[in-house]
Amino acid sequence: MLCCVKEKIGEAVLPGDLLAFEIQKSENKTEKLICGPGLRRDGEDVFVCKSGILRHKEPNLYWIDLQQRRYVPAKGESVIGIVTAKSGDVFKVDVGGSEQASLSYLAFEGATKRNRPNVQVGDLVYAQFIIANKDMEPELVCIDSCGRANGMGVFGAGGLLFKVSLGLVRKLLSPQSEIVKDLEKIFPFEMVIGLNGRIWVKAKTTQQTLIVANILESCENMTTEQRRSIFGRVSENVL
Amino acid sequence: MMEVTQSGSAQHAAVLREFGCEHSLLSRPDGSASFVQGDTTVLAGVYGPAEVMVSKESFDRATLEVTLKPKVGMPGVAERSKEQCIRQTCEAALLTRLHPRTSITLSLQTVHDDGALLACCLNAACMALMDAGLPMHCLFCGVCCAIDQQGTIKLDPTAKEEKESRAVMTFALDSTDCRVMMSSTKGSYTAAELQQCIAVCQRASESIFQFYRDSVSRRYCKA
Repeated sequence: MLCCVKEKIGEAVLPGDLLAFEIQKSENKTEKLICGPGLRRDGEDVFVCKSGILRHKEPNLYWIDLQQRRYVPAKGESVIGIVTAKSGDVFKVDVGGSEQASLSYLAFEGATKRNRPNVQVGDLVYAQFIIANKDMEPELVCIDSCGRANGMGVFGAGGLLFKVSLGLVRKLLSPQSEIVKDLEKIFPFEMVIGLNGRIWVKAKTTQQTLIVANILESCENMTTEQRRSIFGRVSENVL
Repeated sequence: MMEVTQSGSAQHAAVLREFGCEHSLLSRPDGSASFVQGDTTVLAGVYGPAEVMVSKESFDRATLEVTLKPKVGMPGVAERSKEQCIRQTCEAALLTRLHPRTSITLSLQTVHDDGALLACCLNAACMALMDAGLPMHCLFCGVCCAIDQQGTIKLDPTAKEEKESRAVMTFALDSTDCRVMMSSTKGSYTAAELQQCIAVCQRASESIFQFYRDSVSRRYCKA
């Protein structure tokens, strides 16, 4: 179905819908259009390949906002992985995708051939993808381009790891996340959020950790008012 | 979230039974849906793109596996043949080249069979694949029709009507041009009757695609 893109912004679209952009062909100016996740280019046309809501960011970025549960590795994303094997110079890490990612032991801050990092099978690592495409095995690193850890590396003594949908994780990581602001008011806790849908939380007591985990898991399907009322009840019971 | 709708077509008194669907009803699979047509109900679950066994992996595309379980008993030859029809339709609609060396598993469970089972399985499969967020280049729907002894075309037959008819046909139609992607027919009919059935099914598929659109917009605009 061919539809004008301006009408469809903010509305649900289905796979197979063709999007028509109003391009003014004038004076050899070529307009650049950035197609985000869920949109594909087929020759001159842009068509939708996943069902969801069409979003637009000025000036020329379009993407489909969808609720997905299975993670597909993408370059530059920071994820929580579980170390599953040590083979030679490389750790095999499970990130929840179709393949295990590899993490070189030199990709930690201050690691050299003599000074190996202290990583055991079963540890949690917070790392970033440097290679992630459909044709190659994904690769992770725990340092940024300057060689500093920048918050990445092994973590997770104590605490609880659980899985949520990718949409909730993106909501939590957005700059002005209301959920995070409301949660901060209840009690202090540590949280690590991976873009592969995994969240690790740790609060002072086990009971508080479980409360935070349950709230986050149930946040997905609630509207703002329902969430505020639940948070209010929890903070009354805790204090 | 359940939705129910009905549609009709003037020719041959061809009316689709009431149909409805539910999204994301199972917690373990990446995508799930249940589709109800009259009394026929099918539950579908999709896992993918996930790890694949090296013996089954394909270097340039995702490997799609379909399992159909009947309500009672072990799956037999009839289920295997339906699985192949569904698998070929899904492979044509999915963009499998985007996920090489992975596997996509589609599990279908017949909850109740009152005719038009293959069509209901196709609809449930399409909704589950959409729910899982797998990239597709078009949607598809399944429509079943039967030709009775007098030559009248009956759309979406019940199990009793299927037994009394002389031919039963199921077509999978795509959403972009309503063309036939897969056909599975049983019985005797003329070439002209086949073309008429295809035309009737194409008209009926428009209401099914509109239902897909309404149900997706209800689901996302509610969240």
